[in-house]
Amino acid sequence: MSTIAARRRTRSRTPLLLIVPAIVILLLGMGYPVIWQVMTSFQEYGLAQQFGKPPTFVGLANYITLATNPELWLVVARSLAFCFITAFITLAVGTLLALLMARVTRTPRLILQISMLLAWSMPVVAAMTVWIWLFDRRRGVVNYLLDMIPGVDMNRFDWLSTPFTFFALASAIVVWMSVPFVSFSVYAGLTQVSEEVLEAAQLDGASGFNRFRYIIFPLVRPVIAIVLLLQLIWDLRVFTQIKLLQDAGSKSGDYDLLGTYIYKLGTSAQDFGTASAVSLLVLAITIAISWFYIRSLLKEDEAA
Amino acid sequence: MNRRLRTALWSVLAIVIALVWVFPVYWMVSSSFISTATLQSFIPTFFPVNPTFSNFAGAVADGSFYSALGMSVGITLTVVFFCLIFAFLAAVAISRFRFRGRKSFVIAVLVVQMLPAEGLFIAQYKMVSSVGLLNSVIGVSVIYIAAVVPFTIWMLRGFVAGVPADLEEAAMMDGLSRFGAFMRITFPLLAPGLVASGVYAFLQAWNEFTVALVLLPAEASQTLPLWLRGFVQASATRETDWGQVMAASTLVAVPVIIFFLIVQGRLTSGLVAGAVKG
Repeated sequence: MSTIAARRRTRSRTPLLLIVPAIVILLLGMGYPVIWQVMTSFQEYGLAQQFGKPPTFVGLANYITLATNPELWLVVARSLAFCFITAFITLAVGTLLALLMARVTRTPRLILQISMLLAWSMPVVAAMTVWIWLFDRRRGVVNYLLDMIPGVDMNRFDWLSTPFTFFALASAIVVWMSVPFVSFSVYAGLTQVSEEVLEAAQLDGASGFNRFRYIIFPLVRPVIAIVLLLQLIWDLRVFTQIKLLQDAGSKSGDYDLLGTYIYKLGTSAQDFGTASAVSLLVLAITIAISWFYIRSLLKEDEAA
Repeated sequence: MNRRLRTALWSVLAIVIALVWVFPVYWMVSSSFISTATLQSFIPTFFPVNPTFSNFAGAVADGSFYSALGMSVGITLTVVFFCLIFAFLAAVAISRFRFRGRKSFVIAVLVVQMLPAEGLFIAQYKMVSSVGLLNSVIGVSVIYIAAVVPFTIWMLRGFVAGVPADLEEAAMMDGLSRFGAFMRITFPLLAPGLVASGVYAFLQAWNEFTVALVLLPAEASQTLPLWLRGFVQASATRETDWGQVMAASTLVAVPVIIFFLIVQGRLTSGLVAGAVKG
């Protein structure tokens, strides 16, 4: 193996040629947009520029406008809250379901897994449409069922009419879509935990919680850490779900997260300069969150 | 409580959760077979007693479904094809060779994978429109390939590394050229990895919404997710016809669901291996 590696190190043209197509497409699709966005965030780039007026360099003006705009900070805070709450619920539910999968016999496990796969494979726009129908104000089955509980009046309750119920619903939908990935990943990790050790612990009188805390959790912790990071990144950039719920409900700014906020700045306000500055803020938060993940993958690459 | 009873209770719980989880999918398919008149009632119908196909006929009536289907198929095939070639070549480079710049390339791939399209779509719009490729298959495809290629490279890297280079060497000793050895020995062993990566690219391209919304503003060039959203909005201007809307959703979802179920074993192990174990 070492001789092969040594010989290949000397023939340095081939690997570079092999990565050229990937580099070109990444520069086109990602590199150029990032650079454009950085430059535009320092420019005045509004409606006039859309019609051909050359953009002017304004230094940090866009960032200063943003930093002093309480509306933006509200959106940032709301997005972070949504992202953390949703990611943690997803992780908790996903882990509990993985534990359940490990606990039951083959048939119920298969039923649970198939049901999760079906949810996982729903295209997001189709899933959103169904959920909006489930929670429809007048004919939705959820209001109908809740209304049957004695003492609960959910007749014609509009879930999309207050920010709290709007985001609670959005969060529930994201959890529903994301839990299968978490469950399958954690379940894969759980199958590595040895049965004998668990049984021995049980014989020694360890409670279910303690067995999870001291035996299972340390073993699946790497999986859980990575899944949590991915979930945080995905929930921070959530756009489609919010956009489609806004289609069905209210488009007011109270219902915006970062994705829809940027979209509105870019499309309705046509203010590309400010929109670019907000986008860079999202990129920065994403990279900050994902840095740990990237580092752990790099370590593994070196080990391989 | 004895052990048997406890196991039974856990099983019941698992099945109840399975039913709750699958309910939205069931509800979509079920509603799509119920006539508009029945759905108008304020009491939900839990099972399509007199199934009808009229909702499906209504959903595809104006022909825009077929043009969106064509667009989606065109984009998806382009993305899968190029993504696999580019990712495969790069995966071979980083798992078979040690070269200057390798580490920078690996870091770039990992970082780019994290960049959200949701934070880049304005620049992507500007770029694609400046070369006149809005509403075209090529414009969207370039962005999709760039978005999908990093993860695919990472996934294939594991598969290429799993094929021992010694095998190739042995074949070369037996008189095959380097390229011949690669094609005869390594390539067939990579098939599962290529399938998993291809499916991943397929699902991403088929379901993508955000970039399509920005880069395909014309109605004639909508992909299926955009078509579905437009269909829902058009229906909402009157009284939303939920039967037709659910039929439209089913049409978009069912091909993916079937495809997903067929390849799921390979895909989940590939995805989990790619995302979790690297």
